[in-house]
Amino acid sequence: MSAPILSTLLFFPIIGGLSLLFVDRRKEETIKLMAFLVSVIELVISLPLWFTFDRTTWQMQFVERHSWIPAFHVEYYLGVDGISVLFILLSALITILCILVSWTGITTKVKEFFISLLLLEGAMIGVFCALDFFLFYILWEAMLIPMFLLIGVWGGPRRIYAAVKFFLFTLVGSLLMLVGIITLYVKAGHTFDILAMAGRPIDPGLQLLLFWAFFAAFAVKVPMWPVHTWLPDAHTEAPAAGSVVLAGILIKMGAYGFLRFSMPILPDATSAMMIPMLLLSLVGIIYGAVICLAQTDLKRLIAYSSVSHMGFVTLGIFALNTQSVEGGIIQMINHGVVTGALFLSVGIIYERTHTRKIADYGGMATTMPVFAAFFLLFTMASIGLPGTNGFIGEFLILLGGFITRPWVALFAASGLILGAWYMLWLYQRIFFNPVNPKVRGLKKLTLREVLLLVPMVILIFWIGLYPNAMLDFMHPSVAHLLEQVTGDPAGMAGDMKRVALKLQH
Amino acid sequence: MTLPTFSWSYLGPVLPELLLACITIVVVFLDLFAPQKRELLPWMTVVGTLGAMLAVAGQGPATTFGGMYIVDTCSLFFKQICLIGLLLTTLMSERYLQAENLRHGEYYSLLLFSTMGMMFMASAGDLMVLYLGLELMALSIYCLVGLMKGDPRSSEASLKYFLMGAFFSAIMLYGMSLLYGMTGTTNLHGIALYAKQAGLLANPALLSGLGLLLAAICFKTAVAPFHFWTPDVYEGAPTSVTAFMSVGAKAAGFAVFGRVLMVGFPELQGSWGTMLAVLALLTMAVGNITALSQTSMKRMLAYSSVAHAGYALIGILAGTPEGISATMNYLLIYGFMNMGAFAVLLLLVKDGKRRESLEEYRGLAGSNPLLAALMLIFMFSLTGIPPTAGFIGKFYLLRAGLDAGYTWLVICAVIFSAVSAFFYLRVVRYMYMEEPAEEICFKMTPGVSVAITLALIGVIGLGILPGPVVGLASRAVFAF
Repeated sequence: MSAPILSTLLFFPIIGGLSLLFVDRRKEETIKLMAFLVSVIELVISLPLWFTFDRTTWQMQFVERHSWIPAFHVEYYLGVDGISVLFILLSALITILCILVSWTGITTKVKEFFISLLLLEGAMIGVFCALDFFLFYILWEAMLIPMFLLIGVWGGPRRIYAAVKFFLFTLVGSLLMLVGIITLYVKAGHTFDILAMAGRPIDPGLQLLLFWAFFAAFAVKVPMWPVHTWLPDAHTEAPAAGSVVLAGILIKMGAYGFLRFSMPILPDATSAMMIPMLLLSLVGIIYGAVICLAQTDLKRLIAYSSVSHMGFVTLGIFALNTQSVEGGIIQMINHGVVTGALFLSVGIIYERTHTRKIADYGGMATTMPVFAAFFLLFTMASIGLPGTNGFIGEFLILLGGFITRPWVALFAASGLILGAWYMLWLYQRIFFNPVNPKVRGLKKLTLREVLLLVPMVILIFWIGLYPNAMLDFMHPSVAHLLEQVTGDPAGMAGDMKRVALKLQH
Repeated sequence: MTLPTFSWSYLGPVLPELLLACITIVVVFLDLFAPQKRELLPWMTVVGTLGAMLAVAGQGPATTFGGMYIVDTCSLFFKQICLIGLLLTTLMSERYLQAENLRHGEYYSLLLFSTMGMMFMASAGDLMVLYLGLELMALSIYCLVGLMKGDPRSSEASLKYFLMGAFFSAIMLYGMSLLYGMTGTTNLHGIALYAKQAGLLANPALLSGLGLLLAAICFKTAVAPFHFWTPDVYEGAPTSVTAFMSVGAKAAGFAVFGRVLMVGFPELQGSWGTMLAVLALLTMAVGNITALSQTSMKRMLAYSSVAHAGYALIGILAGTPEGISATMNYLLIYGFMNMGAFAVLLLLVKDGKRRESLEEYRGLAGSNPLLAALMLIFMFSLTGIPPTAGFIGKFYLLRAGLDAGYTWLVICAVIFSAVSAFFYLRVVRYMYMEEPAEEICFKMTPGVSVAITLALIGVIGLGILPGPVVGLASRAVFAF
């Protein structure tokens, strides 16, 4: 295994994207086809990660390490473990779907669009492999540029407002994290190596400050309540591909950041801040779900449902035990798949109707029956029906939450009920009621569009029926992570741990 | 005091400056006696600059003229920044001068003179040399700013800059005379030694001398509250001159800043560090917040240059060798990105239309994708977004600031960086997200293409592979 597979994954889409610069901008078909091929080849290159990944160890694999900026002790250091490997595969898959869904929807500046998308893919994959904090930060920020353009150039009517808001929110958070990173570098022995940083003893007071500095960046990205307000605007105004990438990958990076940086590097602060983080997550879950009930805009509703679902993810992560953290990670993937699929579906009908208002739809089960079936499936997965992937994630999170603090599971479960309410109501308003004249005679799904949705259906059932395919990857890494945070591999946090300690004395 | 006898070996360390002086004289004479060969002038200037860059690159640490003129690793780095500024300015000037119908041969000789002044400033180990260099630089720039004689804006800018500049020169001289009066020497190292021996470090006269000196340097580097000339002068001056001033003059000013404080008054770091920290905060605030409401690109870049002076100051006030290295590195990077932005600005000037207002960038991406993409890269770099060099520069500065314990200042700096994103992004927004107002066509000339390519290489290259330059900067120290 000496081939630099991660570097290839990082640079192939970037080079592929830049190669589009040399194509005549009037040859739009060629540009689309090239972008599609680049993304497919990228997925093929990423497959060895799935097949040759060693599932028995928490050690970093496929490691590449070179000196980069010696004066700053910065290294070009890549590697994956059980937490990050699945996101790389997901990124590669979702980019293909994004390119397909934009095939006819993007009509202006086609060349720039696909270049931005491919550059974004390279940076996203890089974020998940970077093991050097500096490298991570560079890629993390570099994603902002193409995403800003995706929303601002190809988005809906209020796209400029949404793009600027997205950029500024994320930038402020990231810059505060940058101060945190440099402080950590100065205090923790002049290194940016994440794995080395994780072992350093850091003063608990400083840990708390750093925790909130990192929180600024990661919570905005997740987004956690109360810094979620950019998300509904960005999601709503972005083009279909932008929404899918945002929901599928970008907002996962916040949660990934907590797992990869906050928890192992700042274990004391993580334990100390467990309750506040759980509370913020709960507020996000319930607040997002209640807001969903009041939405009249289809994309906005799904955006707010993301706030609610990502609340589950952060809840799982900060409940600090094996079940909940694994549930959180699997829920990140689920949310990427399900919400990605919902945005793809919305993109497909938006191309036909050019309206996002729920009131403009109705009775679509008779006009587009195949589409209605797909959408029903995604709705069920979003609610968390047993048999679909949503159930696995939410169940593990609730279980873990219950072990840590029983009341957490109580409140979180009410978010599930609200979730079923708004999603089913949405489904009813769009697909059942009397046929709205505006949606009469819509075009049936094309083969391209069916091909777009099928992979998502497969993933929903695959994870739903055989979650171990995914969970196997993460067991050792999660156990190791929890050992770093709580000093015990089962991650018996909270009440159980207190009981155990009492019994010992 | 006996005067040392002159020896030819004294001239060794000033070889690059002498080379530049010779080229200047040739340029002046060529312009005077062979006006029909004027098209040779830019070429001569470029060749002379490249020669001087090579000469600087080949130099090692040395001192000459009895310690008045110091060549050390820091001054060499600063000189390269000034020369790069001169090179890029010259490359893009030709097209601009044609478009604006400015056919003055003096233009190039003034640029050369001014750069020579900057190089003196970078090497000044003595207050006299410092003043000499400063005036040589400033007087040439006053003329350059007023070059568009028919344009009232240009004349106003020139006069304003001259009056205020003369005023601050007087302040500087007053400060210098106080320092000389207290210590009996104009040599910076001598001042430091005497002040320490005689226990003058808390002496009010010495401190006010230092304060007056610093005020004048703040004026030259456009540090608030001495920045009021910047927007008017930057807007009125010919655009190529604006670009030149914002890079070279600023770098030279910071070289003086570093040397005066680090060599002359290192013990007082506690006092000037805090004072400059307040000024840096003020500068960042004024620059970034005022830039938010500008509708002219040139004015916006002027205020942005004020803001960047604030960032660069963080390295100086840290008072550590690392801080100086960070500032030098930042000024080099700023040189590339700012020159790039100005080069794009220059390209749009055509047929008497200046195209300086933001409105005129509307829809540029539709009509000129390449130009818009370049501007996009320079704007993101000025914001400090990786993977462009602007981020590396800012990162180094923030690190130096945190290392020296100025956490609050660093946090303010990142917050103002986020504020700056708003107005830099507005340019991107106008170019990419608005519908075009008019079809803009422009002509690339070889000079401008080379200038833009160099700037792009600087911005992307230093962003992705900053190692060698950062290494060079981090090893640079002030000698005395």
